[in-house]
Amino acid sequence: MIWNETKECMSRDELANLQSARLRKMVSRVYHNVEYYRKKMQQIGLEPGDIKDIEDINKLPYTTKQDLRDNYPFGLFAVPRSEIVRIHASSGTTGKATVVGYTRKDIETWQECVARILVMGGLDHDDIVQISYGYGLFTGGLGAHYGVENLGATVVPMSTGNTKKQITMMEDFGVTAICCTPSYLMYLTEALEENGMVDKIKLKKAFLGAEPWTENMRREIESRLHISAHDIYGLSEVMGPGVAGDCKFHTGLHIAEDHFYPEIIDPETLEPVKEGETGELVFTTLTKEALPLFRYRTKDLTSITYEKCECGRTSARISRFKGRSDDMLIIRGVNVFPSQVEAALLEVAETTPNYMLVVDRVNNLDTLDVLVEVEERFFSDDIGELERLSKKIAHTLQQALGIQPKVKLVEPKSIERSEGKAKRVIDKRVLD
Amino acid sequence: MITQQVSVFIENKEGRFLRVAELLKDHNINIISFSIAETEEFGMLRMVVSDPAKTVKVLKEGEYSARLTDVITVKLPNEEGTLFGLLKVIADSGNNIRYMYTSLGDDGPIVIKTTNQEDVVAALKKAGYEV
Ligand SMILES: [Zn+2]
Repeated sequence: MIWNETKECMSRDELANLQSARLRKMVSRVYHNVEYYRKKMQQIGLEPGDIKDIEDINKLPYTTKQDLRDNYPFGLFAVPRSEIVRIHASSGTTGKATVVGYTRKDIETWQECVARILVMGGLDHDDIVQISYGYGLFTGGLGAHYGVENLGATVVPMSTGNTKKQITMMEDFGVTAICCTPSYLMYLTEALEENGMVDKIKLKKAFLGAEPWTENMRREIESRLHISAHDIYGLSEVMGPGVAGDCKFHTGLHIAEDHFYPEIIDPETLEPVKEGETGELVFTTLTKEALPLFRYRTKDLTSITYEKCECGRTSARISRFKGRSDDMLIIRGVNVFPSQVEAALLEVAETTPNYMLVVDRVNNLDTLDVLVEVEERFFSDDIGELERLSKKIAHTLQQALGIQPKVKLVEPKSIERSEGKAKRVIDKRVLD
Repeated sequence: MITQQVSVFIENKEGRFLRVAELLKDHNINIISFSIAETEEFGMLRMVVSDPAKTVKVLKEGEYSARLTDVITVKLPNEEGTLFGLLKVIADSGNNIRYMYTSLGDDGPIVIKTTNQEDVVAALKKAGYEV
């Protein structure tokens, strides 16, 4: 089933025309209504008329989270406050919250996008959907809620917490799908197993988002609960959950491209990368009224494909997230993400051991040391065995990163931890 | 006799062995024999101790990776040719020695890890060693 076949399966040419028309309208509206963007455009000598079609998007300036903070709370809104029907905000760990607003039409677009993803994952109006995302300023709860209502399915608005009650409702109401974070579903899975409830509930689908998760986690959740688990992606600045989601083929997340135009850029040079290459995901909102954004840098790292999916949808698909550009290291000119190291270690060790990257510069050459804690399960009385482990890790890392790291096996718990979390990177390079 | 030896992973850094020794001393564990094998990056401390199970527990609590391995301990008089005799018995049994080390005291045993422990113990017993 496809919720909006016209939009989700439109030919790439038709889509480009639609995107161009929407972009022109949006840029002109922003220029006239948002002083901050008008000034930014004037600074680079850009006029609304310069944006003729979607290809011209690269003339527009980038927007970052900092721009939103600098305009706290409503500075970037493109409509009078009276047209705003809802506010959401994300509590920043650093500095001010990021405030976002929605017009009535924005809410409609949002619930349309969420409904598309729910249907993509196999839901219809007969389903009973438990929303275990937090309700409130966070976009997760209400975002998913409106999408489920729009689909016509039954909403069970549980919000977060009270796992016992969550399980009771799940059983008593015959809940068939859940929307929550992947880590909460893992937690819930354990609770269901402990209470012998897995076979007593009717759960078939899960829509998981709001935090990064791995393909391994998906398989684990699916096999332990006998369900299919789908990715639902979004960020409040752009809209909230519903920007992208994956279909039953799990070959990347379909983007609602008629509303959000994606680009993948090199976070250092800010130039676009080739199709299929990893870079930072950037979104331009094409239809948002309250808070339209030019080229918003999500900091999420992914790659994109424009190939038509087996499911029939033509929308571009982004791969599972590979990390955050904030964490990117450039070692000997190569972009290295701690998440790549994590994935490579996972390959060797099945579960990630504790590790740390130490980057240094010796005789003008960058060095990368990867410290890996020798946990109980790797430890053997045989020195040869440990040396083989170390070599295997080095080899896998080299394959994954394209540079040769030096692997050092270290004692358990010897890697420094702050607030229980291990520090992953130490960059000792002094760059002038 | 086949004894349980404690193997501990330690980094090649200052004071690591000292920390282990201190930990065992604080728990009244006696180290009878030990050896340290090292590579460029890490070391392997192997010990025969008064209470192997307790040692592993104490080390794990101290966040070390430690495990028990079976080794052979043999009493060997400190006389000319005795080591040669011992090695010859093992060689004649068709087994290889992976590692061996001696004890701290005068009459402590020699600790041996071979490719086939049972086989070597039998050969040594047959040759009249106090295994
Ligand atoms: Zn698809």
